[in-house]
Amino acid sequence: MAEMDTSSGGGHKKGPGVKKGKKLSTRVDLTPMVDLGFLLITFFIFTTTMSQATALKLILPKDADKPEDQNKAKQSGVITILLGRDNNVFYYEGELAIDASNFKTSTFKDIREVLINKKTSVKDLKDFVVILKPSEECTYRNVVDILDEMAINVCTRYALVDITSIETQLVKKTEEMAGTPTGQ
Amino acid sequence: MGRAKLPRKSTNIDMTAMCDVAFLLLSFFILTTKFKPSEAIAVTIPKSVAAKVAPAKDIVQVIIDKDGKVFLEMDDETVKETIANTLNNTKGMNLDVKAFKKSPFFGAPFSALAAFISLPEDQRKGNNLPGIPVKDTSSNELVTWMALVRDAYQGKKPNLLLKGDNMAKYPAFKSVVDAFKKNDFLKFQMVTNPEPVPTGTDLWKKAQSGEKREE
Repeated sequence: MAEMDTSSGGGHKKGPGVKKGKKLSTRVDLTPMVDLGFLLITFFIFTTTMSQATALKLILPKDADKPEDQNKAKQSGVITILLGRDNNVFYYEGELAIDASNFKTSTFKDIREVLINKKTSVKDLKDFVVILKPSEECTYRNVVDILDEMAINVCTRYALVDITSIETQLVKKTEEMAGTPTGQ
Repeated sequence: MGRAKLPRKSTNIDMTAMCDVAFLLLSFFILTTKFKPSEAIAVTIPKSVAAKVAPAKDIVQVIIDKDGKVFLEMDDETVKETIANTLNNTKGMNLDVKAFKKSPFFGAPFSALAAFISLPEDQRKGNNLPGIPVKDTSSNELVTWMALVRDAYQGKKPNLLLKGDNMAKYPAFKSVVDAFKKNDFLKFQMVTNPEPVPTGTDLWKKAQSGEKREE
């Protein structure tokens, strides 16, 4: 009723004797094309690498020649983290005791807890300093992980410092002890 | 009561719209995709929460592979040319400046650099190259390299990147950092893969409160 007859000579009403060529539909079956399109999409989705590499910034301090130029840190706010081999982490708060009684063992999982605890217990946040001492045995990954941990816990003051020989020995000794099943 | 008969509809669907969408997505993926450049040195990089995208232009990149071998990568050809000329003039090395310019990275001691340059590019693969010697503090050749880079950039600061393998040992990292320090490159960036910030941490709280991260 409300439709117009758009088919000009749709084939029904034709005069007698008029022979018209059959009008072919202009519609093309697009299904194979869609198939192909989606196939290519899946290919590109799988090959693409969306995640771009990021950059972790590290600013080095200039070497201070004179001891009086060196930064001082309050003992109460200092925590020293040592990195050993096989992803071992050790830490002590303040200064290392002579009998190494405050030398504790940790892991990369637990060190966050330790840092958070230390951060909340320090009275003045300005005094909170983390000293990182990677040993010869630890890997680059460990170093990045611990620097990342600084970023995660918003520790603004941290320093990469060379390990001392006493600490190296201590780390080695503890690792050897942990190597034997003593249930440490 | 007779039920009204539903007219049988054709099962043919118009595919045009779907086809449009498919090709739109296809063109999007074709345009955004970036094929990984074939890397001569295989390095698995660690993860970090850093959000800043690593720069891709004007880079000076030091690569430490899993055995602690160090390579230097530069993209600026004029800088490389300057370095080659300086090396030829001051050290009396007979380097082919053109080949030096085209070489994407360097990984040989100075004594073997000419041989390294003359190697065909497909043979310069990380595992059989000697790398730049850094182990000894006294003969840390990266110090010389960084000095050359610094002079070639003439006061401009290149994007200094450090790309280390997960398994590289700390001494290699330390000697690289020492070489940076000695040449007053005090800022550098370590290339990492992104990782989500763990929930509940201070950084996460900061991000939740809408504070911007200082990078």
